[in-house]
Amino acid sequence: MSDTIGLSVLRGVIHRDLRLAMRRKSDVLTPLFFFAIVVSLFPLGIGSERDTLRQIAPGILWVAALLASMLSLDRLFEQDYADGTLEQMALSPAPLGMLVLGKVVAYWLLTGLPLTLLAPLLALQFDLATPSLLVLAASLAIGTPVLSFIGAIGASLTLGLRGGSVLVALLVLPLYVPVLIFGAGSVDAAAVGLGATAHLSLLGAVLVLTAFFAPWATTVALRIALE
Amino acid sequence: MNWTSPAEFFAMGGYGQYVWGSFGVALVVLCAEWLLLRQRRQAALSQVKRQLILREEESR
Amino acid sequence: MFYPLAGKLIPWFAVAAAMLTIIGMYVGFFMAPTDAQQGEGYRIIFLHVPVSWMSMFIYLVMAFWAAIGLAFNNRLAAMMASALAPTGAMFTFLSLWTGALWGKPMWGTWWVWDARLTSELILLFLYIGFMALQSAVDEPRRADKAGAVLALVGVVNIPIIYFSVQWWNTLHQGASVSLTQAPSMAALMLIGMLLMALASWMYTVAIVLMRVRCIILEREQHAGWLDELKEVKQ
Repeated sequence: MSDTIGLSVLRGVIHRDLRLAMRRKSDVLTPLFFFAIVVSLFPLGIGSERDTLRQIAPGILWVAALLASMLSLDRLFEQDYADGTLEQMALSPAPLGMLVLGKVVAYWLLTGLPLTLLAPLLALQFDLATPSLLVLAASLAIGTPVLSFIGAIGASLTLGLRGGSVLVALLVLPLYVPVLIFGAGSVDAAAVGLGATAHLSLLGAVLVLTAFFAPWATTVALRIALE
Repeated sequence: MNWTSPAEFFAMGGYGQYVWGSFGVALVVLCAEWLLLRQRRQAALSQVKRQLILREEESR
Repeated sequence: MFYPLAGKLIPWFAVAAAMLTIIGMYVGFFMAPTDAQQGEGYRIIFLHVPVSWMSMFIYLVMAFWAAIGLAFNNRLAAMMASALAPTGAMFTFLSLWTGALWGKPMWGTWWVWDARLTSELILLFLYIGFMALQSAVDEPRRADKAGAVLALVGVVNIPIIYFSVQWWNTLHQGASVSLTQAPSMAALMLIGMLLMALASWMYTVAIVLMRVRCIILEREQHAGWLDELKEVKQ
């Protein structure tokens, strides 16, 4: 029966987290507003002539998305750690890795996906050509799950530490570099006409790698934190 | 032997500031690390001694 | 048992480090010829390359000890990992510093977005992250394990980061003269660099053993055997 590897547990955790988050909508919207504000700050800082904006657009959008997805990382485990549900999850028969996977997928649905949908809209500010918008959305669609997976490792390592949210940024940002390079690079390559397939496939490879390793690392880190 | 005089050695073919800048900083950083470590060792040792004295008093 | 043994080894490694540095510097400055293109400025290579090797190598050794500490729940291995981090970070900083000082006369700018220099910068952030995490956790056991997980995640990421930076670098401007492939490596240059690399290796062993002893002193205070140590008795 499918339950041995905990598929139903996976769905259960995702539903639970989504319902929990929906109760407090502001948690979901703050990263999006943060993303919109940060992106609009750059033209004010750099000046509004079109070609420089177009040239820097992918980088800015990607860095802003990266920061926004890191903003609410502590929401991933902190509350469950505080009220003890995390311990119950660890003790439950279902593999902790599945539970972690469920939480990360729920987290991605709440932050990564909205960012991916919002980004092309904001890219219009930067006068980005429509094909580049599509590549941007595609790169974010592949990239943001990786951000959530790596972020989960950072969040589980800094569980219950004072000053944890700043520490997460310090731990996780160096690990985001490949995603940023391939993500932003893909939009550049598409704009230049080189075609983004190389970058996107590499990004996909990083996604597969993190999708496999991250839950394992997060579970180990959670067990350490719960000891 | 490349250098005829010490002055020339330090001039390092015009790149003196860069070469000695990097070697100098390296020396400073290495010594700083060593000194900091000695300080840390002293502090750790005195901590252990204090605990030792404390334990002796308690046992008396 | 490890504590006194480490104590005896430190002077030997320190002396070896000092001697090798002197010989290496001698070869580098007095025997190696002047370089055709870069004149005397290239001699920074005798510091920059060994230091960069060491920064990468120490991270691997740190991850190795972290893995052992995690797998076998061995406290000493975990202490070795946290003892290695500061020295690794120091070598990474030196690598960036000497790279910048070498780049200034050769390319006119302090910072060149060369693939190797950029990955050194990210390596520095990984070290800082490791040390920040270890200092943020009060309870030593959890600090060791959390650090170990981070070190292992980091070591898996290093090739990816290096590859992506390499990829990114060639995209923007042509692969600039990378710092370590200096113009044709005369034998003397190579010997000079290897000597300096060995010297920095000896130095690392000495300084790390000293730091491990400090960590042992700090952490094992409850254990009784510390009191019989002669340093404590004085």
